[in-house]
Amino acid sequence: MSHSTGHQTATPQPLLELRDLAITFSTSNGDVPAVRNAHLTVMPGETVAIVGESGSGKSTTALAAIGLLPANGRVSNGSIIFDGEDITHASEKRIVELRGSSIGMVPQDPMSNLNPVWKIGFQVRETLKANGLPSGPQDVAKVLAEAGLPDAASRANQYPHEFSGGMRQRALIAIGLSCRPRLLIADEPTSALDVTVQRQILDHLDTMTEELGTAVLLITHDLGLAAERAHKVIVMYKGQVVEAGPALKLLTNPRHPYTQKLVASAPSIASRRIESAKKAGVRTQDLLAPSVTATAALDRVIEVEDLTKVFKIRGSWGTSTDFTAVDKVSFSIARGTTTAVVGESGSGKSTVAKMVLGLEGATSGSIRFDGVDITTLGRKEMFDFRRRVQPIFQDPYGSLDPMYNIYRTIEEPLRVHGVGTAKMREKKVRELLDQVALPSAMMQRFPNELSGGQRQRVAIARALALDPEVVICDEAVSALDVLVQAQILNLLADLQSELGLSYLFITHDLAVVRQIADHVAVMEKGKLVEQGTTDQVFDNPTTAYTQALLAAIPGAALELPPEVA
Amino acid sequence: MPEPTHTSPGTQGPAPVVRTKTSAYPIEHFVANVDETPVRATDSTVSDAAPRSLWGEAWRSLRKQPLFIISAVLILAVIFVALFPGVFTNEPPNENCLLENSDGGPVAGHPLGFTVQGCDILSRVVYGTQSSLTVGLFATLGVVLIGGLIGALAGFFGGWVDAILARIGDIFFALPLILGAIVVVQLPVFQQNRNVWTLVVILVTFGWPQIARITRAAVIEVRNADFVTAARSLGVSPLGALVKHVIPNALAPVIVIATISLGTFIVAESTLSFLGIGLPPDVMSWGNDIFSAKPSLRSNPMAIFWPGLALSITVLSFIMLGDALRDALDPKARKR
Repeated sequence: MSHSTGHQTATPQPLLELRDLAITFSTSNGDVPAVRNAHLTVMPGETVAIVGESGSGKSTTALAAIGLLPANGRVSNGSIIFDGEDITHASEKRIVELRGSSIGMVPQDPMSNLNPVWKIGFQVRETLKANGLPSGPQDVAKVLAEAGLPDAASRANQYPHEFSGGMRQRALIAIGLSCRPRLLIADEPTSALDVTVQRQILDHLDTMTEELGTAVLLITHDLGLAAERAHKVIVMYKGQVVEAGPALKLLTNPRHPYTQKLVASAPSIASRRIESAKKAGVRTQDLLAPSVTATAALDRVIEVEDLTKVFKIRGSWGTSTDFTAVDKVSFSIARGTTTAVVGESGSGKSTVAKMVLGLEGATSGSIRFDGVDITTLGRKEMFDFRRRVQPIFQDPYGSLDPMYNIYRTIEEPLRVHGVGTAKMREKKVRELLDQVALPSAMMQRFPNELSGGQRQRVAIARALALDPEVVICDEAVSALDVLVQAQILNLLADLQSELGLSYLFITHDLAVVRQIADHVAVMEKGKLVEQGTTDQVFDNPTTAYTQALLAAIPGAALELPPEVA
Repeated sequence: MPEPTHTSPGTQGPAPVVRTKTSAYPIEHFVANVDETPVRATDSTVSDAAPRSLWGEAWRSLRKQPLFIISAVLILAVIFVALFPGVFTNEPPNENCLLENSDGGPVAGHPLGFTVQGCDILSRVVYGTQSSLTVGLFATLGVVLIGGLIGALAGFFGGWVDAILARIGDIFFALPLILGAIVVVQLPVFQQNRNVWTLVVILVTFGWPQIARITRAAVIEVRNADFVTAARSLGVSPLGALVKHVIPNALAPVIVIATISLGTFIVAESTLSFLGIGLPPDVMSWGNDIFSAKPSLRSNPMAIFWPGLALSITVLSFIMLGDALRDALDPKARKR
């Protein structure tokens, strides 16, 4: 790292420099070090990405640079130097001067970072005013137009709720860049957005910052995205910088064991590697899905035909309009394979999952499970059907009852279906925990004591308790950190080959699909636009929508040599 | 100083074979010392501490809170007084009332003095604890059962069940408790049986909508949680999911409101007794005593002070307990 005084003859002064930074949080359990020995340099006009999992200290580091640490956090060591000025313990007044005009910020969640009671234009004007810039309506419109908002002048008169997620993020970028800061801190600016929107936003951010010569400190959990968008990538782990360097070098030659693990696990990188390997004719270990033979595909465990779901949206005075969430969707799942339903938010993919689970009735069409239409099942048959199809949900924090300990959680399905005696059930729970690689000592623990990955394992164990034939994974790995995600995907693949499970994988993440699915069905606005084997869809996408989705996988532009890992 | 218009090469021109950005500045490849930054096994956070539930956790934090300790000690003391009044005074509350002692000051054996009727104040305060506390506890219990049940059903099933139950609740909510009680007490059936239990019935009748609302809101919040959906897709019936998963998770705010309303029910009993429509005069209660001490407020303020003090301390400790419980059971504190 260039905090050394090596080559300053050739290099100009860095714009932002963190030297040996340590940040400590004082909590009720005493002082907790959040960041230690963090070095980082951002040169003018350079894009630097900090990559790390949740809790790695990446956001804390960036927030410290702009003096926005939470009240119980403080810089306990080291210094923050902005443009030659030490701002580590600068006065509040000085920091306020710097914010906006010199250091801009684009926050993570576009849904909660705009004030819902003020018009967008007002919120932009507020920023301009605070920094003493002209703030007439035309200035506001100009700023918004620069961020790529169409029809900016009239958009400025709208409220945040009238904007889509992508538009809100554009508005936030407009606010962040409105005062022409020399450094822009973007904290996961697109992680709440759909991939295609994410791509547009990042492209636009790239062009804008390049035109303005703004340096960007990009915080992300996605190594592929970081490598594609940044000059320099900094990998943080447990509050420390473990590796830093040019993006490509980190990908091709990761030297720290953590970076190596990360490069090996990141779905976007892994799916790129599969692509490269396939081009080179190499069979890789990355393909978790067993290859399907034509004969196996004949035994269809689930067949969905012309499935339609219409929701009535209540209007005023008893009127209602129809909203078709799922429109004549047909696909099937061959026994022992994985079918992925891919789509962006609002594509109707989760509604499909709910209907296949029998939690939501279908408006028309049929879902045949082993040849029996489940839409016509009676109560008793439905109860039996539940044993054979089980869900795993996205949010491992929400899918386990906080009042139930792990044993009761996993035992519940057995008890509900009256399987075995108490003793047999306990034995089964131990087996299940073993299957998902959790120690049986964990039985007495409560969900709040477990990490996200462990909770997801418990959820998987619960889903497997009744020996189901089909498991429906609704975004089952989306909420997990990359390394944990890779572990869970491996676990799911192992369980599949061990138990002959069939998976219906509902996800927005094509990179994950590439790793795990045999078949892919792509949904857009309730319609199935494309389906086929994973290879077919990834190699020869026939519809423009699928092509756009594929191009939007972060890191899609990276050309990686196949043997990277 | 670099020019602000500086742009970096690498993303311009024809795409290079490998499309990553390259900086204009040299970038060192820094690798941290592996010994200093050991990579731990992914996803291993089993703490060695004994497992704890939400309640275990709450108890642990409560134990350290002075607010909780003080209120708990006071409440235990009040309950003890209610159960064993004889320990604190040898004087029977309603006998030995001699008019010659009327409004008398403290004398030996009668440390708090006498009421206008010449009864021992200490004895009346001690014996009044029981009825005040009974009314408070049982009214709260009834309110939690009825309000909780109605609120849980309305919140969980929604739709027309909710519409009907919530409107009924609104009707009762709109009636002020005291006003409603004054009207209802005039009914012959209440006139003929004025005792602690009729008072409880009246307080429950007008008090349940508040708990129903709280429960309904808490249940609505929990019923859409993934773990409820997961239970449903395991084959758990709707009522089973409500009883086993939703209600236990919706209980925390209800308990908090219940402890707070326990205090207000004790006050309501006193208020009604003070107005002369609560407990009959022969039943010892703080409200009755405050009522009967009213005429002699100027000549003997102590007669109103002592039952008033007992009432305040009891109500305050229940409200403090509710406060402490609310902090300990805060849903935000659940996630660590």
